[in-house]
Amino acid sequence: MSRIAGRFAELRATGRKALIPFVTAGDPEPGVTVPLMHALVAAGADILELGVPFSDPMADGPVIQAACERALVHHTSLRHVLEMVHEFRARDADTPVVLMGYLNPIEVMGYEDFARAAAKAGVDGVLTVDLPPEEAHDLVQALQAETLDPIFLLSPTSSGARMDRISAVASGFIYYVSIKGVTGSSQLDVSAVAGKVTEIRGHTGLPVGVGFGIRDAEAAARVAAVADAVVVGSALVSRVPELLATPDRIPETLAAVLAEMRAAMDAVQPQAASGG
Amino acid sequence: MATQAKSVDPQALRLDLPDENGHFGPYGGRFVAETLMGPLEELRLAYEKYLGDPDFQAELDQDLAHYVGRPSPLYHAERWTRKLGGAQIYLKREDLNHTGAHKVNNTVGQALLATRMGKTRIIGETGAGQHGVATATVAARLGLECVIYMGADDIIRQAPNVYRMRLLGAEVVAVKSGSRTLKDALNEAMRDWVTNVDNTFYIIGTVAGPHPYPAMVRDFQAVIGREARAQMLERTGKLPDALVACVGGGSNAIGLFHPFLADTEVQMYGVEAAGDGLDTGHHAAPLCAGKPGVLHGNRTYLMEDADGQIIETHSVSAGLDYPGVGPEHAWLKDTGRARYVSVTDQQALQAFHDLTRIEGIIPALESSHALAYVTQLAPTLSPEQSIVVNLSGRGDKDINTVAKLEGLEV
Repeated sequence: MSRIAGRFAELRATGRKALIPFVTAGDPEPGVTVPLMHALVAAGADILELGVPFSDPMADGPVIQAACERALVHHTSLRHVLEMVHEFRARDADTPVVLMGYLNPIEVMGYEDFARAAAKAGVDGVLTVDLPPEEAHDLVQALQAETLDPIFLLSPTSSGARMDRISAVASGFIYYVSIKGVTGSSQLDVSAVAGKVTEIRGHTGLPVGVGFGIRDAEAAARVAAVADAVVVGSALVSRVPELLATPDRIPETLAAVLAEMRAAMDAVQPQAASGG
Repeated sequence: MATQAKSVDPQALRLDLPDENGHFGPYGGRFVAETLMGPLEELRLAYEKYLGDPDFQAELDQDLAHYVGRPSPLYHAERWTRKLGGAQIYLKREDLNHTGAHKVNNTVGQALLATRMGKTRIIGETGAGQHGVATATVAARLGLECVIYMGADDIIRQAPNVYRMRLLGAEVVAVKSGSRTLKDALNEAMRDWVTNVDNTFYIIGTVAGPHPYPAMVRDFQAVIGREARAQMLERTGKLPDALVACVGGGSNAIGLFHPFLADTEVQMYGVEAAGDGLDTGHHAAPLCAGKPGVLHGNRTYLMEDADGQIIETHSVSAGLDYPGVGPEHAWLKDTGRARYVSVTDQQALQAFHDLTRIEGIIPALESSHALAYVTQLAPTLSPEQSIVVNLSGRGDKDINTVAKLEGLEV
C-alpha cells in the first residue's frame, strides 16, 4: 500500500478527514521550505503538497504566481525540490508528499529520470496540473513503475465519462477543483461541491480531496464534512509576503493558520464514513 | 546555399493533420488543466460542425469580402525586384486588410463562431496589439463585451494600438506578471477563460494553444495562401518558387504555407526573430535555437532554460516576442517541408526602411523580418523565378519604436 493510501486508511479508521496544505517550494527562499514542511505536519497536516515553481503557472491565481516568482529568483528547480523532499524525509518517514506543478520541468528532466529521482527522494504522488489523461500515458507509466501515485484533477466541467477515464489512471486520491477558476478564487459553494463529490464517488473508489477555493477554517470545516480531504494553498501562501523581512517566522505563522483549520475540521462530527 | 531545403519524406508529410487529439506528429495536443478540457471539446465540436456548414461559410465569405476587404492584392514589387537583382518578388498585401494586418481573418471567423455558440463575452491576448485591435473590432461590430490582456511592457511599446482598442470599447488589462509580454498575456487570458467559461469565448490570435486552436486559426488564416496560389497562377501561369513569412506564433506563415503543402516544389521559409543575434541569447527564435517542450497547452519548440523554465525573449517587434511557436511549424520543421531561418533586429529595421523608400509601403516590424530574408534569398534565384512574401501588417503602429531607436521624437 502506498504511503498515501495508508494515510487515508488510517484517517478512515479514526473518522477524520485529511488536511493537505500546499506551499510553493523555495518560496520565498529555499532554506524556508523544509522547516515549513515539518511545522505544517506538527500543526496537523496529513499529507503535504509541494508546489514545483514554474515560470508560467497558467492555472494559478495571483498568490501562487507571486510565490513561483519569488522561488524562481533563487532558481528553485525541480532537482532542488527533490533535494528538499529528501531532506524532509530524514526526519519524517510517514507523512506523504505530493509534488504539484506543470509538465515542462518534468519533460526537460525526462519522465523516467524524474520518476526514479522522485521515488528515491521520498515523493509519494505527482499532480501535473496541465496534463490531462489524454496526454498522460507515458508519464503515468513512468510513475507507476516507481510506485508513485499519479494524481489527477476533476473539475465542475468534468463529465461522467471523464470521471471514469480519470479514475482508471489515477491513484492515491482524486483532487476535485471546487470552482471554475484559478487557485485562490473565492466563490466556493459548499452545497454544489457536496453534490459533485457525491457524483464523483459514483465513478471512483479513491478518496476525494477538494481544493482551489478554501480560504479559512470555516470553509475547511464545511468542505471536510462532505469530502475526504481538504486542500489549502493560497490561504497559507498569501501570508508569505508580509514575512519577507523575517523568513524565520514563516513556518510558525503558516502553521498557526493551518492549526486553526485542523481544529475547525476536527470539531465537526463526521456525518458518515467516507465512501473511499 | 540557403535555397536548398532539406528533402521531404513524402511518407512523413501528411496533409490531414492534426489527428483527433490535435497532434502534429509529437507536437500539439491539449496540455491544460481539467477545467478547460470540457470547454475545449465543446469548441472542437462546434468548430467542426460549422467548418462544414454552408450557411456559416457563406456568412464568413461575405464578412471577408465586405468587412475585411478580401481578396487582398498580390503586388509585384518591381522596383525592389530590380534592386535585389534576382527572383520576382510578390507581396501578399495583408497590410491592406481592415485593421491593417492578417489578424482580422481569424478574429472574424472566431467571432462568428462565438455568436453561433451563444457566447456574449470575448477575450483575447495581444503582443503587438494587432490581434487585440482585430478582436476589439469584431467585438464592437457584434456588440459583444471585450477584454484584451496585454503585457505591461507591450502596452508601453504599442501605445497607439492600446488607444485603438479602447476607442473600440475594449477593456485593456495590463498584465504585470512574469516577463510582462505576450506569453504572460496568454497565461492571464487562459485564467480568465477558465473562470468565465460559461459565457466567454477566448479568441486566440495565433496557431498555438491547445487543440483545436492551432488547426482552427490555421483554417481561418489559410485564405491567405488560397488566394495567393490562385493569384500567382493567374498572373504568372505557375506556382511561386518560394514562400516567405515571419514566424512569431506563426499564424500568418501557416496561413500562407498551408494551401501549398502538397506543392512540394514550392519552398517555404519561416523567418524568426534573431533579436540581437542567436549567439547573444537575446532573441525569439525557438525553431532555430530552442528545443521541444510544453507551454500554453501544446507541445512545441520553446525557449527554455536547463530547468524547463520559459526564458524571456527579445525582439524589436512585439508581435514576434514569444517563446513558443505553433505546433504545426514544429512539425513542418522536423519533416523538412518548411525551413526556418532568422534575421536580427538590425536586418529587419533595414528592410523596414528599404521597402518604405523603394516601394512606398511601410511594413510592420514583424513583416520586416520576412522582407529582410527576401533580400538574402532573392539574389540567389533567377529572374524567371518568383517569391511570394507575406506582408502581414502595416507599419504605422511601429513608427514610434523606429523613431525612438533612431533618437527621434515623433
